[in-house]
Amino acid sequence: MKNKSIMVALAAIAITTALQSCKPKDSSNAVSGDAASKVYVAPGKYDEIYNFVSGGFSGQMSCYGIPSGRLLRVIPVFSVDPEKGWGYSEETKPMLNTSHGFIPWDDLHHVQLSKTNGEADGRWVFGNANNTPRVARIDLRTFRTAEIIELPNSGGNHSSPFITENTEYVVAGTRFSIPPDDVNGDVPIDSYKQNFKGTLSFISVGKEDGKMDIAFQIQCPGVNFDLSRAGKGVSHGWFFFSCYNTEQANTLLEVNASQKDKDFVMAVNWKKAEEYLKAGKGRKQAVRYAHNVYNEKTHSATSEIRTEVTVLDSKVLKDICYFIPCPKSPHGCDVNPSGEYIVASGKLASVIPVFSFDKIIKAIAAKSFDGEFEGIPVIKYESALYGEVKKPGLGPLHTEFDDKGNAYTSMFVSSEVVKWNVKDLKVVDRAPTFYSIGHLCVVGGDTKKPYGKYLIAYNKITKDRYLPTGPELSQSAQLFDISGDKMKLLLDFPTIGEPHYAQAILADVIKKNSLKMFKIEENNNPYVTKGEKEAKVVREGNKVHVYMTAIRSHLTPDNIEGIKMGDEVYFHVTNLEQDWDVPHGFAIKGASNAELLIMPGETCTLKWTPDRVGISPMYCTDFCSALHQEMTGYIRVSPAGSSVPISFGTGKTPAAPVK
Amino acid sequence: MNKSTLFSTIVLSVFISSCGGNSTKTTETQATDQTEASSPDTYDPKRGQGKFTAESIALTDKLDDTKAKAGESVAAVKCTSCHKTTDEKLVGPGWKGVTTRRAPEWIMNFITNPDPMIDKDPEVQALLELCLVRMPNQNLADEEARNILEYMRKNDGLK
Repeated sequence: MKNKSIMVALAAIAITTALQSCKPKDSSNAVSGDAASKVYVAPGKYDEIYNFVSGGFSGQMSCYGIPSGRLLRVIPVFSVDPEKGWGYSEETKPMLNTSHGFIPWDDLHHVQLSKTNGEADGRWVFGNANNTPRVARIDLRTFRTAEIIELPNSGGNHSSPFITENTEYVVAGTRFSIPPDDVNGDVPIDSYKQNFKGTLSFISVGKEDGKMDIAFQIQCPGVNFDLSRAGKGVSHGWFFFSCYNTEQANTLLEVNASQKDKDFVMAVNWKKAEEYLKAGKGRKQAVRYAHNVYNEKTHSATSEIRTEVTVLDSKVLKDICYFIPCPKSPHGCDVNPSGEYIVASGKLASVIPVFSFDKIIKAIAAKSFDGEFEGIPVIKYESALYGEVKKPGLGPLHTEFDDKGNAYTSMFVSSEVVKWNVKDLKVVDRAPTFYSIGHLCVVGGDTKKPYGKYLIAYNKITKDRYLPTGPELSQSAQLFDISGDKMKLLLDFPTIGEPHYAQAILADVIKKNSLKMFKIEENNNPYVTKGEKEAKVVREGNKVHVYMTAIRSHLTPDNIEGIKMGDEVYFHVTNLEQDWDVPHGFAIKGASNAELLIMPGETCTLKWTPDRVGISPMYCTDFCSALHQEMTGYIRVSPAGSSVPISFGTGKTPAAPVK
Repeated sequence: MNKSTLFSTIVLSVFISSCGGNSTKTTETQATDQTEASSPDTYDPKRGQGKFTAESIALTDKLDDTKAKAGESVAAVKCTSCHKTTDEKLVGPGWKGVTTRRAPEWIMNFITNPDPMIDKDPEVQALLELCLVRMPNQNLADEEARNILEYMRKNDGLK
């Protein structure tokens, strides 16, 4: 008996040990003792860094403080956002217009901060709509989406919105090749090789105002363009795209696009493309795409459908595009701070190839080619290769850089960050991530002058990292201290949507420019009400325009009569406050659309179609003062054809005029 | 003031200061907008707190009607939602007689720099207990503030 129980105990110990050793690494061991103090930002203190994170399938972008991991703001971009009225107010609806009409929900994958001299300048941040191809520009004075441009000839805008070192261009490469927009697309799907084309869009960005315009497109062979990066420093003037599915498969890509040992990185000489464009070598193509702009002075957006784009043919104009073989289904395509090294990560490859820009240029000059692919020269692998990082881990995806000559590559399959030296290509450290890292971000990690210090891992799987919330979990980011030789895990923090790429920038660059409110004097909204004297209700046929003001703590007018069934009522609410952080909200019973949230000095419009006779209350939805609960009003709705006249007001006695 | 009103006033005051992070906002505003350092002990209830002094305003006893008219239009956008020109309270007190109750520099300091004065001025604090809404900073330019003062003087009968 005694022996038996000892045996049981031993077996139990053995099983426990075995179970523990099965776990890849215990996450509790991964955190060092001083982690808490490194991420603690005392109440009332600011974070050191802004982190702009893609919201993935939420279609939005979020902004976090680093090192605390506190969510500072969700910036609505490609999806409606009831919290902010984005896509609901009449003024913002045009921002989500496309050639397909109004699209309420898209998928935002990558963010890029605008750059000057290869460094993030904190003026704008760009994001891509992956589904219905678009690029958005967000103004970092207001943290609002200022402009959205749609991309013709594209499907799945994935290798986007990557930026040249002075924000000359934002680039967008199509993930799905498709037949061009101006030909009959009613073709068999298996005619991919004959009929499908890949398109790279070069969107110019206004130096002062940031205005976007499709300067030109480059038509390329039908493959999948995955990710891209601009050259910088020595390689400024070039762009690098990863391509997969060079098998040109159109079904079961999981198998059929994974046949070849090598796919490609495409090097694009965009300075040369500019020359061809100037020389008139482009073809004008009839297309349809939306260009939406938000005007900060009128507090409203306009959407215009454009109908022409200039296309350069990579097959005909020989010296724009070159393929470089790259093992195997490359995903990330990242350029180091000096611009000399291009790191391509083959998702299915066991090495990370690092290409040398100097060698690429020499190979092109010496015509060191290995034939052509679809009419485009293929540079010999060895002629472009600087070297390979051997045995880096499994499933390399993306690479960012620090200020000490190191690269950090995310390893999806082996779920780790691998730090390696760019010069000697030796792995110097590994840190496990929880779980299955996708993108990663080093502060300034894609610029000419990385700041280093922190690395943030954006993980694809959350599982047991937080208290369970049913089948659907928030997404998971992890903060690492990379200031020393070894990476140290500091913090987990949840994110909205699926975080794909993210960028981080020192807070000082942005916070000094942050706008506090909109000046009421500069409000040029056609329906602005500048002071309660101008408040009114105007009937135009069955449309009723309510010119309303909001100030702590009343709406003017707050009693409105004479509305009839069949009317469309537009509440144009102007917030008369001129102080920081005093928004007012507006809601009315039965509004099938949404509510409004109006910033100081701004005018927003809610459309309301009454559906029944009676009294409808309305009120301010944002707690604004001790008398917020008093910030209310009533609307009387009468039957169609009623003789109740339009009347309105707030309070009983009008202010006595001054003589 | 009977006991129950006193009690509810205290409760409301505590409520105001604890809601919406007003106290931190005030600190922020002080840190950025205050033009001179001034502790509660040195607070001058006649002049208020801010950049204006009797000398810097240099009023004459004759009305500048151009200024007053400009002040009236600024007030229509930024002030009269809450203040009547009579002595009747709306959200804040009516303006009638304000130029005889307060020094001109006090008025200009208060309308351009309200937050520190709401925290320090005993009379403003008493008014807050009545009105329960902190007067917002409407970001008036100096000239706008001066014009509003002239409009108030006109409203009080100055010719």
